[in-house]
Amino acid sequence: MMKGSMIIDGRKIEFDNEKNILEVVRKAGIDLPTFCYHSELSIYGACRMCIVEDNRGNIFATCSTLPQDGMEIYTNTPKIIKYRKNIMELLLSNHDRDCTTCSKTGNCKLQELSSKLFMQEVRFESKTRNEEIDTSSLAIVRNPNKCILCGDCVRMCEEVQGVGAISFAYRGSNMKITPAFNRNITEVNCVDCGQCRAICPTGAITIKNEKDELINYLNDDNKRVVVQIAPAVRVALGENFGLEPGTITIGKIISALKYMGVESVFDTSFSADLTVMAEAEEFVERLEKKENLPLFTSCCPAWVKFADFNYKELSNNISTCKSPQQMFGSVLKKYYQEKDKEDGKETIVVSIMPCTAKKAEANREEFITNGKKDVDLVLTTQELSILIQQFGINFDNLIEDSFDMPFGFASGAGVIFGSSGGVAEAVLTRLLKQKPSVSDKEILFKNVRGLESVKEANFVIDGTEVRIAVVHGLKNAAELINKIQSGEKTYDIVEVMACPGGCIAGGGQPTPMDEEKRKKRSNGLYTLNRTAQIKSSEENPLINDLFEGLLKDDHEILHVHKK
Amino acid sequence: MENFKEIDDIIALHGNDKSSIISILHDVQHKFNYIPEDVLEYVSEKLSISPTKAFGIATFYENFSLQPKGKYIIKICDGTACHVRKSTPIIEALRKELNLSEEKITTDDLMFTVETVSCLGACGLAPVITINDKVYGKMTPEAVVDLLNEHRKEIGNEDK
Repeated sequence: MMKGSMIIDGRKIEFDNEKNILEVVRKAGIDLPTFCYHSELSIYGACRMCIVEDNRGNIFATCSTLPQDGMEIYTNTPKIIKYRKNIMELLLSNHDRDCTTCSKTGNCKLQELSSKLFMQEVRFESKTRNEEIDTSSLAIVRNPNKCILCGDCVRMCEEVQGVGAISFAYRGSNMKITPAFNRNITEVNCVDCGQCRAICPTGAITIKNEKDELINYLNDDNKRVVVQIAPAVRVALGENFGLEPGTITIGKIISALKYMGVESVFDTSFSADLTVMAEAEEFVERLEKKENLPLFTSCCPAWVKFADFNYKELSNNISTCKSPQQMFGSVLKKYYQEKDKEDGKETIVVSIMPCTAKKAEANREEFITNGKKDVDLVLTTQELSILIQQFGINFDNLIEDSFDMPFGFASGAGVIFGSSGGVAEAVLTRLLKQKPSVSDKEILFKNVRGLESVKEANFVIDGTEVRIAVVHGLKNAAELINKIQSGEKTYDIVEVMACPGGCIAGGGQPTPMDEEKRKKRSNGLYTLNRTAQIKSSEENPLINDLFEGLLKDDHEILHVHKK
Repeated sequence: MENFKEIDDIIALHGNDKSSIISILHDVQHKFNYIPEDVLEYVSEKLSISPTKAFGIATFYENFSLQPKGKYIIKICDGTACHVRKSTPIIEALRKELNLSEEKITTDDLMFTVETVSCLGACGLAPVITINDKVYGKMTPEAVVDLLNEHRKEIGNEDK
């Protein structure tokens, strides 16, 4: 392949298979600015920020040029600096520059690069169109006036998620990113995953912000606010407070919520244990009857919506188990029924999730009981971070608190739900405990963990071979389903998570994200898994208490009943 | 929509490969004078392209229209030769006569559409217009209104 050396700013730099000059330049310790270049997406070459000049005076974008032996380039000649600033000026002139009231401020790539390039003025008159802000979605808000047309969201939606809900339309100065026929995002096939928001360098796509509702609930004397926190939140939120990705901050998060006035804080990993029990039971039943296989997991609401749109024929294959968030909602509402009657308060269930699609999930009609949502409010990791800052809580100095009982203890299996492969692994752990004849546990789990797009593993229960697949990224899922439907592949359980790497890289998590951050967050969860006092869901004493108490005659609240 | 049978024929002609979309849209536009929204969605489904992407393609090319066009499509050349020979007053006269503008290009009765184009390749006849691909050269604002009235008469006769 391509090997050789090139001269960058007078220094000889070796290259070995780098896919473009940009990677070589970055290897040389020069951080060329980019908006539209992401290693996991296709190369687009739209933003032109990564331009350099060669020894013959040619100017080109390094992201879309291959390195060649003997090449000589300069990254910061007066000409390049002038052009780069010009390009930046044009981008800025077309951008709604109301930074002080933008929710992306401080975390905005445009702001960052503008500052790095020392932009002091924009000579051109603003051509910002007064485009309508699309607030129709329960998950995200699209503000086209802040769009710089880098196309990151378009490629993410199409290439990684295989959805294609938004694309470029029109051309020249009229070009914009929009759903088909200028419809609202809710009128097309958007699955609410929020990956567009996670990759957007500006404030053009942001999380639907509902943090003020929590404040309202907390200040209402007639309401009792209880919170559940998903596993993936605890390994990412710290990034907003200067900590390394993967740092476990759950103790501080609980403290912060208590400061704010939350009565009890519970662990969604606990209801993940509950999901494991229900899903394992469901799977064994299906396996015995040999019907509705493969069983597709139902924890990821973006996947469920994707299947609703594209694979109606799979509706009986998708697990009827509610997702951990919704299971917990139902359980908590039931648990507090008595207490509500006693003290005349209404219990409000709030969940803190790494995910924008969870906001939409909580609003699905099958999760509304007697006119009330099972989960009243879903806030993302990002919204909670803003609340912590808004409340003036000094996160660094918080004393760590622990989850409340009786739903504050989870097995290691419940914790890894937040990472791709985690649900499958947890269900397997449970199945293997149930059927102790299996010996190849270690080999099996190595196959399921990790971040490759599709993983598969086989194991044997009582002489029956069980084939399992784990996939993340909806485009990968669609490809896998094609293989299943064409008969090329056969599985018994398929775990699908929409976001690359699973919930740890959800659309509501701190940004920017890259492969390394995802790995670190995932490692954080597996550390919790390794150090958990109990490994398997059925060993969780609280689960048994629940099954013998509150849920004694009511396992049905753990399952979805489509309306 | 019963016309989907016709759309199927068009798709069969070009094949349902993604790369055929432009040729298919050309034929669709030829058939309807524009590309109806539901047809575009139908085509995108058949070619396994997202409707959003198909919309992007259809809006990228000036020649595709997602709005219904009139029975008579009047193209006024505003290329260099026609422009210097005063095509602008012709455009203005036509728009005034038909109550149209740069944004509203088709009359409410769907009879006339007025578009400007960059060159019709008949610079010797500048300023030039075409009505449904028939070329009329050396136009003036007065001549174009006369021409328009002739077509109106034609429409009137057809109605009888």
